[in-house]
Amino acid sequence: MTMRRIDRDLSFVTTDSGIPVQVVYTADDLPGGEAALAQRLGLPGEPPFTRGPYPTMYRGQLWTMRQFAGFGTPEHTNERFRFLLGQGQTALSVAFDLPTQLGYDSGDPMAAAEVGRVGVAIDTADDMAEVFDGIPLDRVSVNFTINATAPIILAMYLVAAERSGVPFHALAGTLQNDILKEFLARKAYLYPPGPSLRLVTDVVEFSSRELPRFNPISITGYHAREAGCNAVQELALTMASAIAYSEAFLARGMDFEEFAPRLSFHFATTLDLFEEVAKLRAARRIWHRVATERFGASSPAAARLRFFSGNSGTTLTAQQPLNNVIRSTLQCLGAVLGGAQSIHVMGYDEAYQIPSEEAVTLSLRTQQIIALESGVARTADPLAGSFYVERLTDEIEARACALMADIHSIGGAVAAIEAGIPQRWIAESAYRAEQELASGERPKVGVNVYADTGDGGTGAAATFEVDPLAGERQAARTRARMAERDPRPRMSGLLRLADDTSSGRNVMPALIEAARAGATVGKMADVFRDAFGEFTEPAPW
Amino acid sequence: MTRPRILLAKPGLDGHDRGIKVIAFALREAGAEVIYLGLRQSPAAIVAAALAEDADLIGISVLSGAHLPLAGQIIAQRAERGGEHIPVAIGGTIPAEHVGRLLDMGVDAVYPVGSPMADVVVGLLALATEQVAGKDSGLPAGERAVS
Repeated sequence: MTMRRIDRDLSFVTTDSGIPVQVVYTADDLPGGEAALAQRLGLPGEPPFTRGPYPTMYRGQLWTMRQFAGFGTPEHTNERFRFLLGQGQTALSVAFDLPTQLGYDSGDPMAAAEVGRVGVAIDTADDMAEVFDGIPLDRVSVNFTINATAPIILAMYLVAAERSGVPFHALAGTLQNDILKEFLARKAYLYPPGPSLRLVTDVVEFSSRELPRFNPISITGYHAREAGCNAVQELALTMASAIAYSEAFLARGMDFEEFAPRLSFHFATTLDLFEEVAKLRAARRIWHRVATERFGASSPAAARLRFFSGNSGTTLTAQQPLNNVIRSTLQCLGAVLGGAQSIHVMGYDEAYQIPSEEAVTLSLRTQQIIALESGVARTADPLAGSFYVERLTDEIEARACALMADIHSIGGAVAAIEAGIPQRWIAESAYRAEQELASGERPKVGVNVYADTGDGGTGAAATFEVDPLAGERQAARTRARMAERDPRPRMSGLLRLADDTSSGRNVMPALIEAARAGATVGKMADVFRDAFGEFTEPAPW
Repeated sequence: MTRPRILLAKPGLDGHDRGIKVIAFALREAGAEVIYLGLRQSPAAIVAAALAEDADLIGISVLSGAHLPLAGQIIAQRAERGGEHIPVAIGGTIPAEHVGRLLDMGVDAVYPVGSPMADVVVGLLALATEQVAGKDSGLPAGERAVS
């Protein structure tokens, strides 16, 4: 075993995002003393919501333990879902394969190598019905990680629910539907930003009328963080996106008081425990200010930020993978101390494969142990009043607001993304982080410190295998289903969709009609491709 | 000596581009000329671009698990289009037991998750520099040694 000594300058220590940290904090570090602090904090469930969105927090209701799953064919995913529900998971989260995310049917040549790999393959509403077969959709909330094709996937889900006898208004869940972060970081974009934002707005508008229990968008900083940016940038980019969406919804004629309570957020929680907790607390405070000052929110619900934490996959290592169990535990703890409404814990094997069943179960157990054994859920916002955490919360808030002002000055989130500016921040800071890993400045146990000698590779065997024939079978099944059905309603559904798309009407009713008639994801996505064209990213340098 | 020209691309539909961009920055800093084709490139388009750009190395990155079929298609395209002199390197979420399979397939270098950045950069530069040396020797592509 190599024991490398880390020589560091102890006079200048910073958080992960570069905020200087003192050796010790006292009451003098909190400006304005106790009275001012009380103002900045409020009580849990009260403006400005620094201490949490609900008065009793986890005593009233534990966070939702939502492990992301989905792979292969719809039957495979259905099996995994039933397994997870049987293990005590309280909600579902669907991962879709890349062809589904990018609007290709399983039989499309572009889809060839990717069907069923990173999630489930959906071609038609029949597939969606199979994914949820035997699952009571009026009682289980479902999260959909879907963006460019979100309106199409929502339509298919609604048709699946309809077939199982559950009315639209009884459905609960969250559609990710955050296209801006696709351009920023996740890169599963399809159409240019303008028309993409219109589709997001169509979904939110439709949901506000028909799906009262559904969160039609989850505004996400997680992916930008995973792609390389720091906590402050993550927060600023998320808020800038939330502002851009809110402006688009207002321009559609929607009322902020009505849509704002259904906005949900999604953050990473990485390993810098106190900085992450401070970031999550600052997020609630900033959103409260944006909602009240910028958008004139008057009801508390319209200014109350609720979020999901996906922890952080990029902090995990392929070397000594069991170390990731400890990393994930810390990240889950950070999300809990930060007041998350739902949490996903990464699988310890996630650095090198789609998580195995063993890893997924352990992730769920991690959440259960923190919830039931650690005692951290007993009281709301247990870190409040810590000189350090409060000071960090103030500092992150100030830095994020400064960055939001910069984004505003270049025309807001959409203009900044079109110019490729935040994408460059992200790529540059990812490169810096990698250099710091290489130099040892950023210690990583098992990688650049305490590494096993001679361990050059992953040191772990993959146990998860995707069925290599799943793609062909899925494509053949879709072909057979298409051949069985009368093609005329499908054609007329797609024609109506083309018409509504070009005339600017909300596309959701036409999508639902086409989905009912058995139209495929690829055919519906093609209608939008023809109308909007496809987006290509500006060069990274 | 001519600067090595390295063509980087993301084949398939995977959008995870943090790794490939980090490598692109590092290669540029190390003096290579980097042509980054970006996302969702077909194997045919990648090989065609490498030939058109007279690249000394093709580097691809796959994090969706589709590395075996995609690498296979690139190797096949390389043969079909007479690009066998251009080495191919791959990085991504590649399990240990797939490394040998990729090498057997004809891939010249494999960098699974956890490969230190410096190793990747040194390895890619070495592969590309052999090509540059070949070009500088004036021999036609087919007669240059490929390791």
